[in-house]
Parts: sequence; structure tokens; C-alpha cells
Amino acid sequence: MSIVTTSRTATRLDELADAGRGALVGYLPVGFPDVARSVEAVTTMVDAGVDVVEIGVPYTDPVMDGPVIQRAAEAALAGGARLRDVLTVVEAVAEHSGGSVPTLVMSYYNPVLRYGVEAFARDLAAAGGAGMITPDLIPDEAAEWVEAADAHELDKVYLVAPSSTPERLRLTAGASRGFVYAASTMGVTGTRESVGQRAEELVAATRAAGARHVCVGLGVSTGDQSAEVGRYADGVIVGSALVRTLLTDEPWADRLDALGKVTGELAAGVARARTTEGAS
Amino acid sequence: MPEQPEQPVRDALTETLAHQVTEKLADVQGPYFGQFGGRYVPEALIAALDELETEFRKAQGDPGFAAELSQLHRDYTGRPSPLTEVPRFAAHVAGPDADGEAPVRVFLKREDLNHTGSHKINNVLGQALLVKRMGKSRVIAETGAGQHGVATATAAALLGLECVVYMGEEDTRRQALNVARMELLGATVVPVTIGTRTLKDAINEALRDWVTNVDHTHYLLGTVTGPHPFPEMVREFHRIIGEEAREQVLERVGRLPDVVAACVGGGSNALGLFNAFLDDDGVALYGFEAGGEGIESGRHAARFSGGAPGVLHGARSYLLQDDDGQTRPSHSISAGLDYPSVGPAHSWLHDIGRATYEPVTDAEAMEAFQLLCRTEGIIPAIESAHALAGALRVGRRLAEAGRSDQVLLVNLSGRGDKDVATAARWFGLLEDDAAEGDQ
Ligand SMILES: Cc1ncc(COP(=O)(O)O)c(C=O)c1O
Repeated sequence: MSIVTTSRTATRLDELADAGRGALVGYLPVGFPDVARSVEAVTTMVDAGVDVVEIGVPYTDPVMDGPVIQRAAEAALAGGARLRDVLTVVEAVAEHSGGSVPTLVMSYYNPVLRYGVEAFARDLAAAGGAGMITPDLIPDEAAEWVEAADAHELDKVYLVAPSSTPERLRLTAGASRGFVYAASTMGVTGTRESVGQRAEELVAATRAAGARHVCVGLGVSTGDQSAEVGRYADGVIVGSALVRTLLTDEPWADRLDALGKVTGELAAGVARARTTEGAS
Repeated sequence: MPEQPEQPVRDALTETLAHQVTEKLADVQGPYFGQFGGRYVPEALIAALDELETEFRKAQGDPGFAAELSQLHRDYTGRPSPLTEVPRFAAHVAGPDADGEAPVRVFLKREDLNHTGSHKINNVLGQALLVKRMGKSRVIAETGAGQHGVATATAAALLGLECVVYMGEEDTRRQALNVARMELLGATVVPVTIGTRTLKDAINEALRDWVTNVDHTHYLLGTVTGPHPFPEMVREFHRIIGEEAREQVLERVGRLPDVVAACVGGGSNALGLFNAFLDDDGVALYGFEAGGEGIESGRHAARFSGGAPGVLHGARSYLLQDDDGQTRPSHSISAGLDYPSVGPAHSWLHDIGRATYEPVTDAEAMEAFQLLCRTEGIIPAIESAHALAGALRVGRRLAEAGRSDQVLLVNLSGRGDKDVATAARWFGLLEDDAAEGDQ
């Protein structure tokens, strides 16, 4: 790659690795239940130990998402959430964390395409965002995004899956900046009993294909699972298990408490993953 | 028809961008049709799409595959489908009370007479044979009107495959009869209760299932949309419609038609018919999309009149979307046309000026529906009725412009059995509770 850009996310992952642990990457959608409260939820998550924030853009046709995130997205859209609202959350996280927590936007491609790919990259960078995760954009189709992300020094996080061939892993590892998002199983987002056996193999294969950082997502919901994944991955990505805490009828303050508690458990799992306690 | 600006008579292709495409338009391969198409899907599906493309290309070069498919076409589907001239219907081009010579000749390509009642079976049989070759045991499909679901359930029964069909809850009500047909054929029908509960949401669910079960499951996509290789592959499995029709018209009339018309949901019946005429400059091509309650009402599925290029379900194409890139719900009386995007090849044919796309409202379609019933004894699918209404409109324009001896070829993509309850309600033929009971 001709343009060498340091990645804020990768730098953070390296710092954490030096400290003997992986990262907890926490996902929440913007605008659920409304923009102001989604900011509260994200900062709660940061205070409870999330190292990297992933802010989801609600979309009408989220084909990579299971029922939990679908329901939150549907509610956010019904409440009028807009793509530009992610910039508000990005700014809030940057301010709240003093810039120490990188924030990635996770968006299906069409909202960004409609906003204007270059314009979105510009505005995301200006808001202090670290980059974007693109669940339905593969490097093969990403020329416009690559150009914009490179111009604005943003991370380009693509996904790999257990079905990815070695050739696809090389292509994707080479095109990614920040980290490569390894889907732990074949499927959509949602909590699962266990994280697939194939996840560890996929991380190894993705590293062998040239990736410097690989984080694992899909299906992680408990501290034990984050400890298991945190042992071998650079980061543990959690979405549905966090979103689920907000999808109840409890008073908002109680939901935030629940979110903080689950985040804390997941963070503790990641923290002990590479210690003797975690390995046992 | 306030949303219908007066259109000049469109001369068959003169100087358009289509002339700048050097290869034969009929043979353009994916993933891109101009700036449209592509593979905007999760990486998890790429291996399956690659495998499918490889198997498809192998089959294309294999006379054994072609022989197997054409035997099914003949012995199972009942191809070639007939070409029927409909003079009593055509007479209405001159107005409702006209008598005497019709100013145009109208021929229907009778895909409604195929086994299972529509063109959908052509694509389904082709893909089902590929599924056997790939060694997969399970097929999933989306369906709107239920015709593609019925065709898929049929092929699955024929070839011994497990079959799951996703269908928006709203459509399971609109097309209850087809739900029963699929179940009779041994398929499981899963009503989709999220989003707009129509075809687009059924596709979302099918994609989620596919991502999860891709190692033994094939997604038997029902139209010329989706990620590559579907738009090209489905076109190839439907090109038989146009190839037969072209020969039949030549034999019957001694020359090519002046106008070729079809309804456009995802666009498979239209592309299958158009394809044989794409490189015939003298043939004007018309696609009719669902105008619903009218463009100005916002309740329609007219992607070319009311949409803009965007990405949905794996392809870049014209799309009904809001300012934020969220998919706008579509609307049509016909479930099969009720989809917010359209096959990328149609977007390309639109942009290069090779085909013309116009909306037809629910009311216009139902008028043509009834007209065909009463003048020719043929009950069309409501989808196909959009093409009939569009053909009447184009015929009138030609007649007003003083063109004589014009020949119009219209794809009758399906039969209307599934739509009897909807039509009965529309025309007030049922007591309200009887109509409800039919739901
Ligand atoms: C009879 C009939 N015609 C047309 C369509 C629209 O599909 P396409 O545009 O792919 O031909 C359908 C879809 O369900 C259908 O059942």
C-alpha cells in the first residue's frame, strides 16, 4: 500500500497488548432509544471498561444482524435516527474519553453512499472518528471508500469469515487498516451458547495471511467467552449482549446499570484472558 | 393519469448510448452492467457466490446440462410456451367503444401456461440442477406473489431437496392460496414479521439464513437482482422466453415486433424477453413498473420514476430510498412488483437509453386485467396486467402518431389464479366478509 497511515485503533491495540491484554470492543446503535440517550449509553459503556467503541448506524435492511440488533435499529429509525447522528456520538466519546478511546462507525454501505462517501469520511474524521467497519462492503467493491479513508486517515475494517479462502484472507488483510474483523461463526449477530471453535483457527489463518491485528465478533456475550476469545484475539467485539440490556421496559437508569454491569463482566473477562487465572 | 406526463412516441433505437457498447448487449456478463451490479454482500457469502459462478460457467459449457434442462422445459414445464394473438383486446387501443380493425396487433407470450403458472419455473429449474451439481441438499427462496416460492417448492419436490420459503407476512395474507400450494408441495413457509413485511424483508431473512447455512444450502434467488452471479445467471435461465418469442413472431408475422413489453418487478421476465431483442435496433423495449397509487402519492414501486442509484441486497441499482439512504417502502396491488429495487441490468438499459421504463398504476393494471378476462378469456396475473396496461398505452400513442401495422409483443408472465381474491375485492364481487374470509 502506497499510503502509510498510522491507525489510532491499531495503536491502541498495541498499547493494550503491551499491557498483556486484548481489547474489549463494544457496539451500540446510535439513536436507540434516542440520540441523547444513546450518547449516555455509549459513555456508560466506556466508563465500564470498553477500550474501543463501535457505533452502529441503524439501517432498514441489516442482513448481517440478528433479532436483537434488528429490533434496536427498527426502533431507532422509528425515532428518526439519522446517519449524521453518529457524528454526535463520535464527538461525545472523544470528549468524554479525552481522545483515548477510538471510535469506529459500523454502517451498511447505502447510507454512506447516499451521504457521499468522501463527505462522510471528511465529517467522520473531523468529528474525531477512527474509521469505519463495513459489513456489506468487501475490498473488491470499495474503491471509493478506500480513496476517502486514505485521504482522511481513517481505519478500514473489513470482515473475514470461516468460509473465507486463503486468497480472500490475503486480499482482505492487505486492504484492512486498524484490524480485521473475524466473524466467529457463519451467521448473523446475536448471542450464542459458545463461540465457535473455528474462530481461533480463523484468527490464526488471518494473521498468517498478513493481518497485524484481528478482533473476533459474533456471539460473545459472557465474561467467560470474552476470556476465551481474549486469549488469542487482539480484541473481543460484543454487540447483541450489550444492546439486549437496553431493550427492556425497565426505567432508563436501571438499563444503564445493567449495561454497565455486563460491560464490566466482559471487560474483566478480557483482562484475565492472558493471565493464569483466565487460562484455567 | 395525472402522474403520466405525455410521452412522445419513442422511435426504435436511434442515437443512444447503447451504440457505444461494443459487445452484444445480450451477452454482457456480470458482475457489472455499466455502473450497476457488483457484490455488496458480507464476506461470508463470497465463497458461495464464487462456487456458484464456477458451477454456472461449467454448466454453460456442458452440453449435458443444456440437454437435461431442455428436456425438463419440454416434458415438465410444457415449453415452448405458445404465442397468442389477442385481437379483441388489441381493439381497445382505439378506445373502449371502438369497433372494426384494431390499429395494432398484440401478441402474448404465454408464460402463464407453464407448469406452476408463471415464467419463474425457467430460472428455478436451471438453478435447481446447479444445486444438484454442487451437492447441496437444501434450498431457500424469497417470494412476493408466491409464484417463485411455488416454483421453488415444485423443483425441490421434483429433485428431492429440502425447501424453505421466506415470505413477508403481508404477502402471506395477500397470496394465501400460494402459501397453501407451497405447503402442499412439502415446503416450509416462514412468514417474515420484521420491517415492511413484504418481499424485501423476505430477502433479508433469506440472506441471513444463507449466511448461516451456506455450506449445505443454496439461495435460489428468484429474479435478476442480488449479487453477481445472480443477475446474469437468472437472465441466462430466462433468455429462452425471448428466444422462443422472437422465432414465433418471425414465423407468424414475418418480421420482428415493433414493441416488446413486460412488467418489471425484479425484472426477470422482462429481461428474459428483452434479451433476444436487445441488439435489434428496430425493436423498442418497454418495462412497466408498479405505479401503485400514483407517483405523487409516494405509494408505488417505480424505481426509475421515484428512485435513485443505491445499493440494496448485494447490487448497485435504482432504488427507492430516502435522503439518508434508508430503503423506502414500496407499494403495489401486485405482490410480485412490490420491491424497492430492480435488477442492475435494467438500470443499465435505462441509463444507456436502450429500454424505456414507465409506471402503471394499480387502477390501470386492474382495468387491463379485466379487459383481458372479458375480451380473450385469459385471467392474467396482476403483475402481467401491468404489462398489458402499458402495451395499451404505447399502442394508443402509436395509433395517435398515425403509425399503422404496428406489432406489439407482450409477456404474459403469469396467470391470475392466485389473484382471484384480490381482483374480486377490487371489483366488489365479494361480500366484505367473504372477501375477508378469503384473506
Ligand atoms: C407472474 C409474475 N410476473 C412478474 C413477476 C415479477 O418478477 P420479475 O420482474 O422478476 O419478472 C412476478 C413475481 O413474483 C410474477 O409472479
